[in-house]
Order: sequence, then structure tokens, then C-alpha cells
Amino acid sequence: MKEEIITSGRMIPNIDPVLHVWHWQIPVYLFLGGLAAGLLFFASYYTLTGKTKNFPTAVKIGPIIALFAIVLGLIALLLDLKHPLYFWQLYTTIRLESPMSWGAWALFLIMPMAVVWIASYLKEIFPKLDSRKKFASLLKFIIVETETDKEFNWDWKFNWLRKFEQFVIKERKPFAWIMIVFSVILGVYTGILLSAFNARPLWNTSILGPLFLTSGLSTAAATIMWMSKNHTEKIVFSRIDLLLIVVELFFITHLFMGYVAGSQVKIDAAHYFLGGEYTISFWVNVIILGLIIPAILESLELLKFKVPIAIPAALILWGGLMFRFIMVDAGQVTRYLY
Amino acid sequence: MRYAMAIDTKKCVGCSDCVVACQTENNVPLGFCRDWISETTDGTYPKLELEIRSERCNHCDNTPCVRTCPTGASHIIDGGIIKVTHFECIGCGACIESCPYDARYFHPEGWVDKCTFCDHRLKNGQLPACVSVCPTKCMYFGDLDDKNSVVSKIIATRKWKVLAPEAGTSPQIFYLV
Ligand code: SF4
Ligand code: SF4
Repeated sequence: MKEEIITSGRMIPNIDPVLHVWHWQIPVYLFLGGLAAGLLFFASYYTLTGKTKNFPTAVKIGPIIALFAIVLGLIALLLDLKHPLYFWQLYTTIRLESPMSWGAWALFLIMPMAVVWIASYLKEIFPKLDSRKKFASLLKFIIVETETDKEFNWDWKFNWLRKFEQFVIKERKPFAWIMIVFSVILGVYTGILLSAFNARPLWNTSILGPLFLTSGLSTAAATIMWMSKNHTEKIVFSRIDLLLIVVELFFITHLFMGYVAGSQVKIDAAHYFLGGEYTISFWVNVIILGLIIPAILESLELLKFKVPIAIPAALILWGGLMFRFIMVDAGQVTRYLY
Repeated sequence: MRYAMAIDTKKCVGCSDCVVACQTENNVPLGFCRDWISETTDGTYPKLELEIRSERCNHCDNTPCVRTCPTGASHIIDGGIIKVTHFECIGCGACIESCPYDARYFHPEGWVDKCTFCDHRLKNGQLPACVSVCPTKCMYFGDLDDKNSVVSKIIATRKWKVLAPEAGTSPQIFYLV
């Protein structure tokens, strides 16, 4: 038996008795980052394979959602900072050893890429612009209404924007190559941010990178199949999702095997999920609601049963969000004993 | 130069003088502390072993807290002392998460604070506040690179341990046992 007590009256908020420095902001940030990474990955992927026609939602709508996710994610990160007015210090240096640093940079660089991507499809997404629409008035500073054109009734205000648009449309593939690389970096980063912390045994496993990437891709696939109005696209993404769920379950099995075969602190960490305080929330929310039930529903769908697609999609998003909440929370409870 | 500390667990009585001295010397905000006392009880009754330790940042050789800091606010200065530059710290908490000893905390003003080995006192040739007030003289401070310093001598002659060596940070506070 070993018992340790701090006797000097130390009771530092959020550190004693258990560490709780990261609250809801970090899991939300990781979830949105993973979702954005997945959406941009699919958009780039279908551009690279030349299938933009078959996957309109993935290529054109996905990046719009991704952009919102990135912006909201950065806001969540900002809310997590205790010294937020100094956030610009993140961008005065690049520290490759710090996942937080290159994640912040990856988000920062991928954001303009998403903006350019969306802008280059804007004419296809909104061929006709109703001047009464809020959207049009928001963009007034860069677009003008034109009457003459049959296909579109608006155009860019400046010539260089028009030229830039043509350039992006012509060079879509190289652009997609860059974006796909960044999206993978972003997706893996959401896991590596946690796994880089040796001090927290639950997080300190390299499987977290691929696991979070897969989970991010799966939440993105769920979003696309939910948003899509195109039947084949829905079916393809429901299949992709099914595959990703299987991969995720495989990684999670691996994760637990790694803990249980590890040192005492890892075994103790796994115990939080195998009988300890996170058991029910993890198995119910992440495994059953977030993975197994959507997998069953999607399989039924493949067998031609009618399943409203919103149910598996919403469950997958819920599972992905809960997974990050539980991992961030539980990781801070695990520690070395001395 | 490599500053280090050796603390004699056989002499420490857990009086908390070091804690108060640090709070006074470094203007530590109320309710917070850069060093603290912990007591461990090991074994089953009646064979119990008690150990009292004064703990603080271990000024590790392999510093996860400096590595994970995205801004470079956490850094290493001469003598291997780990410090935080207040106006560079964004308060992201990465360093707090990465320290196996929970030696860092958020100062109410937003930046991260921790033990500095009283580097401002060292510059004037004084010992860290905690070392200088200890009534049982159980703390030894000095330069590990100097074979004749008090720390080098005491860890050469006494049995010692470091805390959680398996966390791999190569801590530089040696507990004499
Ligand atoms: S004890 Fe913690 S804060 Fe101090 S150097 Fe080691 S890891 Fe960093
Ligand atoms: S809280 Fe401050 S010192 Fe710690 S990692 Fe973040 S920026 Fe660096």
C-alpha cells in the first residue's frame, strides 16, 4: 500500500487534487479540427481522382463546413488560453517539437486554402445571386452584379480576382495535392497533440494519431452523407463510413491491448475504461452509440432497408465529440505515482 | 554549470518553512505555491514507513515542458534552470499537461508560474530562499559540474533517489534516503 498526501495546504485550482487544466475547449477544438481535416481530405481526394462531378457535396459544400469548423475551432482554442491577448505569440515562432505550435500553424495555413477553394467554386454553388440575400450584401466589397451573362448574374469586382480564379480552376490538382497533405497533417495532429504528453499515461501512445485521423475522417464522411442530396454520393459515403468505423474499432482494440500490456501506469489508465469511472460514458457513447449502432444502421441500409440517414450521421458525430471529451478528461486524471 | 538540489528526507520534518519562504520571496499569489510538502506512507500496518519531502520543479534535463511550449515562453537558462517568460506565455496549458510532477500552475494573471531556483538570488551569490531558511538544514544546493560543490559531495556519499524516473524527464532534485 502506498499513500501520498500533500500536507502543506497546497490546493491549486485545476491542479489539485486532480489535474483539470483543459476543459471543454480543447475537445471541441480537436473535434472541429478533425472534422475540417476530414472534409478537406475528401474534397481534395475526389478532385485528384477527377470525380468532382459525382461528388458535388464532398467537393463543394464540404469545404464550406470545414471553413466554419476551422474558425470555430480557433475560437475554442482562443477561449482555452488563459492569456488570450498574447495569442499572436503562437505565430512569432515555429517550434517543431511542440504539437500545439505546428497545429496552430497548420490551422492558420489551411484556412486561406479553404477560402480560395470555396471561392473558386462560388460561381458553381451560387450561379444566381439574389441581391436581396444577405450573402450577396456581405460580399459586396468583392463582387458585382452583372446582367449580361446568362449563366451567372454576378462576377468578381476586380480583374485580379477573376485572373486568380481562373488560375485556381486551371491548377486544381496541384492545389488539391497541397490541401490533402495539410488535411492529413491536421487530422493526425489532433491525436498527436495528446500523445506527445508523456506525463499522462492515457495519452502517451502513438496509436492516438491514426485513431484521431480515422475518427475525423469518419465524422467528415457522416457530415457529407447527411448533407448530400445526391443518391450515389450518399451511398458511397455511407460505405466509406462503414469502412472507417471498422478501422476505428480495430485501432481502439489496439489501443487497449497496448495499455493492458504496458507498464503499471498504463494498466491503471486502461482501468478507468474497464470498470473505472469512465467505463459507462465511454462504452455507451463512443463504442455503442458512436460506432456499433451506426455500423448496424449503415449495413441495413446497404441491404436495402430504409434508414433515415440523419440517424447514423448524427450518432457518428456525437460519438466523435464524446470520444474527444472523454479522452481529454480521462487523460488528465492519469499520472505517474511516486 | 548544472544547478541541482539534494534534499535529505531523513532530516526533513515537514515544517513548511520552505513553502512560506518561497511564497514571500517570490510574491506567490495567495493559495498557490511553487514548492510544497508531501508525505508518503508505504507498507501495511504495523510496518509503515513514512517519508516527508519538500517538492518543487525538478529542473529536468529532458524537459517535456519546454518542448511542448508552442511559443518558446518556457525555456532553459544557464545552469539548466527552467523559466517562463510571462509576456510570451499564452496560457495554453501545454506545459502543465506535460509535467509529470504538476510543478506548474496558472498565475491568476494568466501566465504560467513555477519554481525558478530563485535565479535572482543566485545572481547575488545567495542560496534559493527555501534552502536558506530550512531549520533542519536538509537542503543542499549547488553546481553538479563542480566536484567540490555541496550537492556533488553529498550525492557522492549518500544514497539517493529521484521521483518518478520512469517518466523519463531526468529530474535534478535528488532525495537522500
Ligand atoms: S519538473 Fe516539470 S516543470 Fe520542472 S522541468 Fe521537469 S517537467 Fe518541467
Ligand atoms: S502555458 Fe505558456 S509556458 Fe506553458 S506551454 Fe503554453 S505558452 Fe508555453
